[in-house]
Amino acid sequence: MLPEPLQSLPVPAALEAWDPQAIVDGSLELGETLLWVAPEKIVAVCQELRDNLGFERICGVTAIDRYPMEPRFEVVYFVHSISRNIRLKLKVALPGADPAVSSVTPVWAGANWYEREAFDLFGIRFEGHPNLKRIMMPEGWEGHPLRRDFPTHVHKYSYQNE
Amino acid sequence: MSDPDISTSATMDPAQPGGETTTRRMILNMGPQHPSTHGVLRILLELDGETITKAEPDIGYLHTGIEKQAEALNWQQVVTLTDRMDYLANLSNNLAYALPVEKLLQIEIPDKAQWLRVLLVELTRINSHLVWLGTHALDLGAMTVFFYCFREREDLLRIFEMFSGQRLMTSYIRIGGLALEPPRGWQQVVKKFNDALPSNIDEYEDLLNTNPIFLNRVKGVGYLPLEKLLALSVTGPMIRAAGLKWDIRKSEPYSSYEKFDFDIPVYQEGDVWARYRVRMEEMRQSQRIVKQALEGMPEGSWKADAPKVVLPDREKMKTQMEALIYHFKIVTEGFRVPAGEAFVPTESPRGEIGFFCVSDGTAKPLRVFMRTPSFANLQALSPLFEGNLVANSVAALGSLDFMLGDVDR
Repeated sequence: MLPEPLQSLPVPAALEAWDPQAIVDGSLELGETLLWVAPEKIVAVCQELRDNLGFERICGVTAIDRYPMEPRFEVVYFVHSISRNIRLKLKVALPGADPAVSSVTPVWAGANWYEREAFDLFGIRFEGHPNLKRIMMPEGWEGHPLRRDFPTHVHKYSYQNE
Repeated sequence: MSDPDISTSATMDPAQPGGETTTRRMILNMGPQHPSTHGVLRILLELDGETITKAEPDIGYLHTGIEKQAEALNWQQVVTLTDRMDYLANLSNNLAYALPVEKLLQIEIPDKAQWLRVLLVELTRINSHLVWLGTHALDLGAMTVFFYCFREREDLLRIFEMFSGQRLMTSYIRIGGLALEPPRGWQQVVKKFNDALPSNIDEYEDLLNTNPIFLNRVKGVGYLPLEKLLALSVTGPMIRAAGLKWDIRKSEPYSSYEKFDFDIPVYQEGDVWARYRVRMEEMRQSQRIVKQALEGMPEGSWKADAPKVVLPDREKMKTQMEALIYHFKIVTEGFRVPAGEAFVPTESPRGEIGFFCVSDGTAKPLRVFMRTPSFANLQALSPLFEGNLVANSVAALGSLDFMLGDVDR
């Protein structure tokens, strides 16, 4: 069920009408619309946004690590409709153990590198991604630097012959 | 690049069974030290003769973990990191970071500070486009333009130095306003530069617009259709050169951009030539904005009235107890930002830049996601390269106008 302030907004209302189970929760803070999406529905929601609601592009994908809270990870999708001038944040909550969610790269090709980045730096797997490998860190790197339990300063790495 | 002994590590397809001819696909490393990549970008090219059949960019050579470092610093200190991402558009980055944090803090920025921000950000846009133009022309063999552009850029760097004390890493736009009071006599210096700019831009165009070598190398090269660019999250001049009239300064105005009168240049061709035209026109529009900002600069303060966030005046700090306490608190532990998250998109010279700031209520960010234009724009590299000639790749690469510090962060 959508919370009160979102019911009057066209896009959340349209998504609610399209599939009442897809949107778990939402909020409208500081003028930014945030929708929590059920993890298994994220690709379907994105498809609906792109095909029927005019969201031509994805502005970025990233994650937030709420360590030590559970569910630990939040994957954030910034979607944008230029024609309607609407921005939307979609969020998916993922557990700390083996976080994985379906990739939205088939919907917007621009999500490709952002998902690779989140995979590299947070260790979140994006299932169905065409080329899920490290993008920033070297291939042999151990761990995921943007996790909150990854220390900032103590790491040493010697480059192998790649 | 033409000498296979030096720069190739070759793997070949086995000879085709039964045929006399054999196809040899060559793998070529372009970069990380190739001069046209303007930084450390490595592109793996698979070549069939002179044609690129596959191009795979390999980034991360400049990855310094700025997003990780931001979590270890307090909110105001992060401003210095943003300079180091896109080092040609540092003031745009400063502004893009300051806006979401100010949104979280809910502080009002006085008009004068907002107008000064606009003025400085537009000067930054001119600066960035000048460097782009100079190096792009240099890549295509026109050396003189480079010197002309850097002549004007030197004036701009002097202006930035005058304001902030720094030529490159300015950190001048801070949370809550500006870092320092604008220097005495800045109007004259900026006006002198700004008044001379249109004729300077004419001068660059004189050198390039009728130059057959330049025209042959840019017209019809590096075409990508609008739908593809949109799907790839490409923003900025790239997308305006493909026919989409979309500029965040107009569609989602920030920092009082709605009060300025300027046009969005749009071209339909979607090739390197159109991108060149868009950027040249953008410099003219920026010049217009700077002119309006100079003429209509409102009176008032250059920093917000937020004693818990903004450092007090020196005079007050030495004479008033509360001011001294605030000063001590801000300097030693920073200020707390209410829990929440904010994302403000802005238009940098390269496209959409937005910082997604998440606070848990402490003096340090929980997460700062930097949505940088270069990173997304570089995704268009493979489709730009594939199927085209090696010689055209340098022109296409230059038209992307990415900054590796901005890509890798």
